[in-house]
Amino acid sequence: MDGGLGRAGDAPVGVLALQGGYEAHEKLLVDLGHTTRRVRTAADLDGLAGLVFPGGESSTMLKLIGWNSLWGPLDQFVRSGRPVLATCAGLILSARGVSGPEQPSFGWLDIDVARNAWGRQNESFEAVDDAGLLKLVFIRAPRVRRVGPGVEVVATLRGEVIAVRQGNVTGASFHPELADDPTLHRRVFGPAEGLDWAGSPTDCADRETAVANLQKDWQSHAAHD
Amino acid sequence: MNESNVGQADAKSTFKVKVGLAEMLKGGVIMDVINAEQARIAEDAGASAVMALERVPATIRKEGGVARASDPQMIQEIQATVNIPVMAKCRIGHFIEARILEALEVDFIDESEVLTPADEDFHIDKLAFKTPFVCGATDLGEALRRIGEGAAMLRTKGEAGTGNIVEAVRHLRTVRTHIRKLTVLGHEELMTEAKRIGAPYALIEEVARTGRLPVPNFAAGGIATPADAALCMALGAEAVFVGSGIFHSENPAARARAVVLATTHWEDSKRLAEISKGLGSAMGGIEMSKLAEHEKLAKRGW
Repeated sequence: MDGGLGRAGDAPVGVLALQGGYEAHEKLLVDLGHTTRRVRTAADLDGLAGLVFPGGESSTMLKLIGWNSLWGPLDQFVRSGRPVLATCAGLILSARGVSGPEQPSFGWLDIDVARNAWGRQNESFEAVDDAGLLKLVFIRAPRVRRVGPGVEVVATLRGEVIAVRQGNVTGASFHPELADDPTLHRRVFGPAEGLDWAGSPTDCADRETAVANLQKDWQSHAAHD
Repeated sequence: MNESNVGQADAKSTFKVKVGLAEMLKGGVIMDVINAEQARIAEDAGASAVMALERVPATIRKEGGVARASDPQMIQEIQATVNIPVMAKCRIGHFIEARILEALEVDFIDESEVLTPADEDFHIDKLAFKTPFVCGATDLGEALRRIGEGAAMLRTKGEAGTGNIVEAVRHLRTVRTHIRKLTVLGHEELMTEAKRIGAPYALIEEVARTGRLPVPNFAAGGIATPADAALCMALGAEAVFVGSGIFHSENPAARARAVVLATTHWEDSKRLAEISKGLGSAMGGIEMSKLAEHEKLAKRGW
């Protein structure tokens, strides 16, 4: 998890708001000092600093993307290189291959995922990632079944891949926004200008320093809870 | 958060996990279905979840008799047919029906006034369940009592099976106005308010501080058109349930899709005009004044 993906200024961060968990993402982004905009049409993508694909029902979102002729505009936006965070259903849309059942996807991340593979809602759970850095909430979550060679693993749970990054796209099978954990959002979008925030992992040369900084970051965040 | 958290066992069925699924249903439409075929139509039309029940409210109204939880076989057929979440209803206070639904691993249990109540004094202790619950509420006191019992999602009761939106509007407005009022009361006034409306004090305090309910609040009961769905969203509902409105209309598939689009694009009136075109006739409606008091489902539960 090194290399800065983006630094927001005045431009808002978009949150795809066709259906699903867009509100909790907005709250985290606003807490980081960003302004946000709900994306429901192609025109809503104009001038955004970045984009969040929230959780929800991926099959429902696919239909609404089709009915709103959003497939091309969203693909173009993501390929423009601006920072993108995709969680749960968003990860499914971003993957190359989807099973359980098969459905179309954008393929920005060279991974294969299986839908609802942790089980039904009774099996949904909270946990902490293997590095002890991220609070995780899994809701009827997908599982990552294959990770391509160009994909960086960002987080694991008991050795299983739960977050990845490829180029400007970061994807997670869990919900940082439900855990009220801004770590991933901060890494992807950075803090907004003027925020009093030190220790960007994106400024660090090596992963160890990044992890140490995140830990500090975490503790100060936890202290404010 | 520190090292000691690492390696801890996963926490299942926490309140956060339960409310989490409700969060994922926001901006979407949950549709009543009575068999796998209807469930497939609902999923294809963009429903974010389906509610499995034996008879939709309009049929229950017409046929009368005792309405109970659905046949497990029908619920399992629906679960095997769709990939979106499957919810199911149990009678108010019927915790055994709820346990059966939990054993079937439905994704949400609706302790619903649409079915004939099993207990006139006590609602289900919803904290005792792994599966999250949604409950109906007509005002803030009722909403907070249900949350106090462990509901992870609320919905208006509306007046199910009438195709008449007036009661859902009343319930949405009543809750919203009362929340606004709490935010301007002095702290010393809150206990009196808790006593007056019969709501847990801690929840009254929380709503007064945050200006919102602690769980998502969806609209239900009487939604028959895309415009009805959009109206509910405009009045602060975070998603909508549609019962009889879909499959008791002339063209269920087209109407279902239109209601889904209207729930997403409720702020865009030009889109709503487009979406509402040529859907055939909506379900027949019932005026509230034509309903006898004992026929009003919203009066069930407390």
